[in-house]
Amino acid sequence: MITKFQVALKNLLRKKIRSLLTLIGIALSSWVLVSLLGFNHGYETALNKDVDNMGFQLMIMAKGCPYEAATMMLKGGTGLRYMDESIMRDVAKEPEVEKITPILMTAVFDPNKGESGGIAGYFGIEPKSFAEMKPFLRFRQGGWFTDANGYEAVMGFEAAELEQREVGDMILMPEKNVEFKVVGILERTGTQDDGTIFVPLKTTQKIFNRSDEITTIGIKLKKGVDSGRLEEQLYQLPDVQIVSLAQVKETIMKLISTAKVMVLSIAIIAILIAMVGVINTILTSVWERFQEIGILKTVGAMPWDVFKLIWIETFILCMIGGVLGVVMALILARVTDMVIRTVLPYAPGGGLVLIDLKLILVTLAAIVGIGLLSGIYPAWKAGRIRPLEAIRGDVG
Amino acid sequence: MNENGISIATTNLTKVYTRGNEKVVSVNDVSFQVNKGEFISIIGPSGSGKTTLINLLGCLDNPTVGEIYLRGRSIFGNGKRLSERELTKIRRETFGYIFQNFYLIPTLTVMENVMLPLTFYCKPGAEKEALRVVKLLGMDHRKDHLPDQISGGEMQRVAIARAMVNMPEILLADEPTGNLDTKRSVEIIQVLKELNCSAGLTVVMVTHNQELARYADRMFEMRDGRIYQIGGDEKDIF
Repeated sequence: MITKFQVALKNLLRKKIRSLLTLIGIALSSWVLVSLLGFNHGYETALNKDVDNMGFQLMIMAKGCPYEAATMMLKGGTGLRYMDESIMRDVAKEPEVEKITPILMTAVFDPNKGESGGIAGYFGIEPKSFAEMKPFLRFRQGGWFTDANGYEAVMGFEAAELEQREVGDMILMPEKNVEFKVVGILERTGTQDDGTIFVPLKTTQKIFNRSDEITTIGIKLKKGVDSGRLEEQLYQLPDVQIVSLAQVKETIMKLISTAKVMVLSIAIIAILIAMVGVINTILTSVWERFQEIGILKTVGAMPWDVFKLIWIETFILCMIGGVLGVVMALILARVTDMVIRTVLPYAPGGGLVLIDLKLILVTLAAIVGIGLLSGIYPAWKAGRIRPLEAIRGDVG
Repeated sequence: MNENGISIATTNLTKVYTRGNEKVVSVNDVSFQVNKGEFISIIGPSGSGKTTLINLLGCLDNPTVGEIYLRGRSIFGNGKRLSERELTKIRRETFGYIFQNFYLIPTLTVMENVMLPLTFYCKPGAEKEALRVVKLLGMDHRKDHLPDQISGGEMQRVAIARAMVNMPEILLADEPTGNLDTKRSVEIIQVLKELNCSAGLTVVMVTHNQELARYADRMFEMRDGRIYQIGGDEKDIF
């Protein structure tokens, strides 16, 4: 026995070009929707990962714009300010503090980086406290420095790939003309650490003439404590600013949400245009088959049967279009990722477009749901066709 | 009305259409009956009301006045107007239709066209009937062809098979040979006659062609919306 589904499918195949164009419209809107929702999900996840991988919840930096400072920490950059290392003693006394680590961020111009040179970041760190803050760091080769005053370097995964260095090789710090021996190469973390070169704090202070000075103190809080009181207390310290990474994350998300609302609006308009296309296609198809639909009623189809038949056509179009859109979104996720990175002022590491099964199902449900709503009017019109009018050819 | 031996009957059946400000009486006070297993033909000039009459008999439309009885049971009791749903329910349980223009679905094969009614309504045992009907009408060798791959005569055979698949009690044929040449026309009428004789099917056929109309057990003529039996008294029947 032939089913309604087969009848509907064969009818859609009758006008292949028209059905294909409608499918493309639905697929494009589905692609935009999946990519947007994937970005929504992916960006937040990546930002969370980036912030969590910092290993600390608060940073103390020399006074300046806190968001500039935070962005510099996340992304690397210049315009550094310095504070006295002795501040660490005061910070360590606070009851909420579990661990602290000092960092001296330095930036030098490397003429060999990129096509016209670029900034290379060297982080002076204390390996013991820094490693405790970031227990997830794993070495691909070697380990941390053996001498706190030595000329040794630990390279992030991408930095080592870029410089093509192995443990035991030497690297030259541009501008300063100082050589370091590579003692360790980290596994990929998907964070800014991948592009960083870590050197001993004392050595960095000596090279840059910043004795007893640092740029940042990373603070890891004890579990469950309220950082509010600590922040108040730390603001009492002279010439420092406190950056809460939770606040930074919130602010970045707020900035991004404005862009997301705009893109979501465009996606909704795209979906509406696609659905008008669906209504047009199905309605045209109903009028073209006016007599056929009338004949279906003479051979026993109830109005509801005809309604279902037309609705199935809408369902097939939306389902296939929706799936095509999802496949496009999956295939082009990396391209979408690259495009988004070029337009955003800050993008965290890792994939920005995260498409999972739940997201796919939600999108398909939305596309099919809106599609079926669009199909109600043509299906209702078809269900109301009277066989006698159809046989006479009284299209109306 | 006594249902013994009567398949379908009408009393004072009238259909009035409004065309602009003008009222057109297409079927005028028609009372007649068709016996079970009978083959009747209705002839008449264009505009005489024969297609309107067959449409009313087949419950494709509501009459303005009058009544139709199926196996003695009133359909439009007390001038009641039936909904499209109610009319469809009666149609699919009782009638098979064939038309001058065949109206096959072009995207479906011969077999799929024949089985199409079963998608919406299937009398017990009707599913097995499909292939038998296709064979009976000599179309089994063409069952996987599309309508545009077969001749006009074959298309009408498929349309007859489609009408027969749900084992109707009454077959209504509106100009079934209108688009066929003489040879194919005779073949189609012979098929209808065979179904009438072998399956005891009641057949009501409207045609322009008097020669073909003579294959029927009784002939009627319609003039100006009224019906007359040819060879009988020159007055309304029943």
